[in-house]
Amino acid sequence: MSTSAMDDLSVIATDEPMPRESPSSSSLLDWFSSVDHKRIGILYICTALVFLLIGGVEALVMRLQLVKPNNTLVSPDFFNQLFTMHGTTMIFLVGVPILVGFANYLVPLMIGARDVAFPRLNAFGFWLVPLGGILLHYSFLTGSAPNAGWFSYAPLSEKAYSSLQGVDYWLLALLVLGIGSVSSAINLIVTIVTCRAPGMSIQRVPLFTWMMLITSFLIVLAIPALNSALVLLLIDRTFGAAFFEPSRGGNSVLWQHYFWIFGHPEVYILALPAFGMISEVIPVFSRRPIFGYEFVAASTVAIGILSMGVWAHHMFAVGLGTTFDIFFAASSLLIAIPTGVKVLNWTATLWGGSIRLTVAMCFAIAFLIQFVIGGLTGVMFAVAPIDYQLTDTYFVVAHFHYVLFGGTIFALFAGGFYWFPKMTGRLLDERLGRVTFWLMVLGFNLTFFVQHFLGLMGMPRRTYTYGNHPGWYAFNAISTVGAFLMGLGVLVFLWNIARTLRSGKVAGDNPWDAFTLEWATSSPPPEENFARVPEIRSRRPVWDMNHPDLADFKTSSTPEDRRVQRSPAKLAAACFVVSEAMFFLLLITAYIVFNRRSAPSHVLEVGRAGFFTALLVASSVTLWFSERALRNSNRRAFLKWMTITLALGGVFLVNQALEYAGVLHRGVTISSNLFGSTFFTLTGFHGLHVLAGLIMLAILFALGWRGYLKTERSDVLAAVGYYWHFVDVVWVVVFSVVYLRVLT
Amino acid sequence: MHTQWLEHSRLPRLLADAAAVPVLSPVSPEAHAIRHVLIVVFFICVTIFVIVVLLIVVSLLRFRARDGDNAIPRQSFGSHRAEIGWTIPPMVIVLFLGLVAARLIVSEHAAPPDESADANSADITVIGHQWWWEIRYAGSTAVTANEIHIPVGRKLRVKVDSADVIHSFWVPQLGPKKDMIRGHPNFLWLQADRAGVYDGACSEFCGAQHAWMRFVVVAEDEQQYQTWLTHQARPAPTPTSAAAIAGRDIFFAQTCANCHAIGGTNAIANAAPDLTHFATRRDLAAGVVPNTRDNLTRWLRKPDQIKPGCKMPNFNFNDAQLDQLVAYLETLQ
Repeated sequence: MSTSAMDDLSVIATDEPMPRESPSSSSLLDWFSSVDHKRIGILYICTALVFLLIGGVEALVMRLQLVKPNNTLVSPDFFNQLFTMHGTTMIFLVGVPILVGFANYLVPLMIGARDVAFPRLNAFGFWLVPLGGILLHYSFLTGSAPNAGWFSYAPLSEKAYSSLQGVDYWLLALLVLGIGSVSSAINLIVTIVTCRAPGMSIQRVPLFTWMMLITSFLIVLAIPALNSALVLLLIDRTFGAAFFEPSRGGNSVLWQHYFWIFGHPEVYILALPAFGMISEVIPVFSRRPIFGYEFVAASTVAIGILSMGVWAHHMFAVGLGTTFDIFFAASSLLIAIPTGVKVLNWTATLWGGSIRLTVAMCFAIAFLIQFVIGGLTGVMFAVAPIDYQLTDTYFVVAHFHYVLFGGTIFALFAGGFYWFPKMTGRLLDERLGRVTFWLMVLGFNLTFFVQHFLGLMGMPRRTYTYGNHPGWYAFNAISTVGAFLMGLGVLVFLWNIARTLRSGKVAGDNPWDAFTLEWATSSPPPEENFARVPEIRSRRPVWDMNHPDLADFKTSSTPEDRRVQRSPAKLAAACFVVSEAMFFLLLITAYIVFNRRSAPSHVLEVGRAGFFTALLVASSVTLWFSERALRNSNRRAFLKWMTITLALGGVFLVNQALEYAGVLHRGVTISSNLFGSTFFTLTGFHGLHVLAGLIMLAILFALGWRGYLKTERSDVLAAVGYYWHFVDVVWVVVFSVVYLRVLT
Repeated sequence: MHTQWLEHSRLPRLLADAAAVPVLSPVSPEAHAIRHVLIVVFFICVTIFVIVVLLIVVSLLRFRARDGDNAIPRQSFGSHRAEIGWTIPPMVIVLFLGLVAARLIVSEHAAPPDESADANSADITVIGHQWWWEIRYAGSTAVTANEIHIPVGRKLRVKVDSADVIHSFWVPQLGPKKDMIRGHPNFLWLQADRAGVYDGACSEFCGAQHAWMRFVVVAEDEQQYQTWLTHQARPAPTPTSAAAIAGRDIFFAQTCANCHAIGGTNAIANAAPDLTHFATRRDLAAGVVPNTRDNLTRWLRKPDQIKPGCKMPNFNFNDAQLDQLVAYLETLQ
């Protein structure tokens, strides 16, 4: 469903501003019902912190089990649940929500907006996070938490090898979380494109905002790939299909492709916002602008594009062939260029600055060094033969923890110390902060640096115990000690937060002499964000305000704001369509993979399907007529063409139901063979989209009938129109592939 | 003179053993080639790391603001010339690494020049099961489990496959790992340049006992290998002692034969390791414990205690039955 369009519908009915709680009363209910981006941002961050503690405890129990050889603290199955839940929690319930939370809080402030484009959609997206998180962890109560790994490789994750419900909870929780992520990503894109204050050209937004824009695009493209894999596995497990079950003709390598088409961009979804935070913190504490804004922004775009084409570097050991391996080795190596450039830009920002080593800055420096280590081991893995040896060993565990912990989590600490005063009005204690910093640096490097050696010594990942191999005991014990130092660091951090909230030093609007717009308002900012948005003539409006003699616009010029006003509803619908296109692309690919070289099916009537295809295409034309009628304020014609559109869509669905009855009658079901599985899955999901479109159109029809849908809001109908036309285009492709057998 | 030579030749090997880093102690041409590239890439990476860290440390030392120093540094927005300049070295390095990677990818997959067999033939077939390894030898009826014997110096083509979920075949000292995927058979080259016993492990997560899905590769000289292979292909010896005969009867009276095979008997199932020459193997249950009398008794008494989650059921044998069963299994030389 296009929830973004729905959100907009509510605006049609009441042209008043969003209902808002008054700032004076701050009861718990206000937090639950809030649609204020700042409160939702804080809710995201707090939720993520809770799950960080859960995922952290899971990690500590694993490290305790591994502290010595042949340890029996936990059972093998429980250990497998622990690393599955640790990975899933840290990525989906900590990494994504905490970054989206910071973005939610900061992006509107940074671009001088009053709120995000769709505040209700924003609240909806947030509440899916606790829902998904509870769904995932509820599985512990059933006695079988998911235990097939965060990657749930088939066929291990299939019913035959994971018969309990753990994997089902995992699938449903990830679908829920994915929907939430896509909705918040679309919201951020529309906010950044349409809600910027006057003067804030897209070339002037802070780099954190830039990176969130690219991250949001990656979410929109990557999550549907995961969703397609999840629904196929769910259909396997629930309805007995065999997409990923080789013993019944399925293809388990396909799961890996789909998972990593999502999984690798996901790494950048977790890394780019961290780059953004670093790009804010380093300049402020060096007291000079970022060196090469354009390079940092452009290299992010390059990383975003490249990240979609490197997924199979997770699959070098699968045996995909020489050509495949060379292609993905090369594309993975290429990512090192824009990433390396970023590191040099950050370093060049330090050079010649006036560096203040606050706790935030210390974390940023540690990020730089540790991220370089993680990046360089990444380069080693991109040389595929090294990966042949080291993949699935502790060397990989070390590598990605250097990227995601030494990188992203350290950046989050930097960002946390930097923006905490803005969010709460109080400065975190620097002395306690330094204790946290050193505990984290020491603990992190103890834990993960030695794991490089364990990998070279041949220790595979995901093993609940190990024997007396020379050296393994010592390094594992060191690693466990390090992990507990980090745990201590986190406790000191939480104590720091608690103490600061009670009696911390009052921050004032801009305690760091920072540059970007969020520091122009009070700390914490008022409900409406800005009493008056300052004049924006450069990338550092607050610097310009505080240092008028050295104002940026006096020494350098940035592109002026020449924006075309876009309809938020139409833009959101366009993003949603892109996301759905990715979903259908993978479903159609699955159909082609499984029906290649198969004999034509006798259960399909091509002529009849062709006729109803024509009807569906016709409904796009009639919808276009009704859009035109609405723009021309011709209510009767609008209602007439809408009626015809609804009727055509309805007839199409009825025919599909009848066709299903016929196919089932001939003995082809979703579980009988791979044709049946792919046919019902592909056309079924398309049918659901037609149904969703009809519901949206019916709502608009009803609003139009009552006279609420006016010409001024015809963009809402156009937005739903994007979706409807898209659904029709998908059907034309489905018809060509399934009925005309164009590609099979 | 003689002892001197011995010391000289032992020293490097002792050092290698002390380091105990299998990936860096290769004994096959494939693993050697990878180590060579690994070392080259490692030094490139270390160089880059040292340069970046030096730049950061020098900036921190030179440009750190002193307390109370509120001077504003020069506001510089960047320099396109510098930025284009420092994009070039990464590009050159990436190009170089790309060529190195491509060359090695091709050579790791390449067939040896004398190889003329068809694409699907293999000298050894290894099939992964949850959680053990089935090994078959081309041109021989020998079937073994969790222990692969190869002749030193000969390059063998190994087909890896799976009976259930995905496993991965990896012997760090002998070279690249390969996933074992049902419906997607893979091939790899296995060669050991030196006699020895090399540790191997499953390195794709495959369920409860992934940790104890280990195996060994025993490289021995050609003649020893041939003797071994001939022996393994023979049917199991017939038990002669009373205890062993009683043990055999237990084996067939219980459901053991539903999963295990023993050459020359009616037991032909393939759901668990072939036991024809079980007593010749080094380890029990894919590497958990050495194959000794005590361990075997413990294993048969409570399999779940040695390898929790394994598929071998607990038959609740009494002590007398255990002794007889062990006596029988020990005859399977």
